[in-house]
Amino acid sequence: MSDIADRVKKIVVEHLGVEEDKVVESASFIDDLGADSLDTVELVMAFEEEFGIEIPDDAAETIQSFGDAVKFITEAS
Amino acid sequence: MFDLTGKAALVTGASGGIGAEIARSLHAQGATVGLSGTRTEPLEALAAELGERAHVLPCNLSDAEAVEALPKQATEAMGSLDILVNNAGITRDGLAMRMKDEDWDDVINVNLTSTMRLCRGVLRGMMKSRWGRIINIGSVVGVTGNPGQMNYCASKAGVIGLSKSLAQEVANRGVTVNVIAPGFIATAMTDKLNDAQKEGIMSVIPAGRMGEPSEIASAAVYLASPEAGYVTGATLHVNGGMAMY
Repeated sequence: MSDIADRVKKIVVEHLGVEEDKVVESASFIDDLGADSLDTVELVMAFEEEFGIEIPDDAAETIQSFGDAVKFITEAS
Repeated sequence: MFDLTGKAALVTGASGGIGAEIARSLHAQGATVGLSGTRTEPLEALAAELGERAHVLPCNLSDAEAVEALPKQATEAMGSLDILVNNAGITRDGLAMRMKDEDWDDVINVNLTSTMRLCRGVLRGMMKSRWGRIINIGSVVGVTGNPGQMNYCASKAGVIGLSKSLAQEVANRGVTVNVIAPGFIATAMTDKLNDAQKEGIMSVIPAGRMGEPSEIASAAVYLASPEAGYVTGATLHVNGGMAMY
């Protein structure tokens, strides 16, 4: 697993308080990991800080799963 | 009780009677205060009076870009931003039939839109730290209405709706959002009233007098305090009994 995926996973695990093995590529933040809509906003904020990138609102809306996040950040950084 | 040591508060309209008193009171409880307003001179004077823990942050609230930048400036100046008091407000009174679009727009922009922008701007930091207090200054007339103030009343009613919505969104992040709705308070704004107008006002205030800015500031201290953590989405009426909800 890439370094980016590890760092994203760490943020997700810490923020949502979920088991690491639940954070698989297809895991939806809301449907599978118990996030509410505000959690998804906070996750995006945390990704922005961790990776020093700007995630515009329309892009943030497309980041629904762990896989989406890793893909977006890999392309952005 | 009501200790604000280590907290940083941004107060808009801090050059006005109520805003300055809110800043003084938060400062007296130990908070660091960011004094915002359009006129720099009274802000500098207030900062000089308060001494340490006071920062002057001029901002024209009808300038969208300046409003967007203010939370960041305040955070940089004070190190954090834990308490936001949206106090600034303007009036452009006139009967509905004669109200100009620009009088409507100016009042809505400053009183309602800038409040929304500042609320939005401070949320990131407050949500991250899991603690925040947003206090929006409304008005009794935002609930009762008032002839000649269609724009002002709409803006203040809007502030109440905004606050209730935001309160629900962020309640489980330790951030509270409340409104203080002053009645008639003795300030430069109400000094302009003539004796007959004042007499008319007194007759509808059971307390038989105008309120003091310090009586609004005390309410702000309470809502800003750790002790008020379970109060959110509320409108606290401070009006000598002139309207009861």
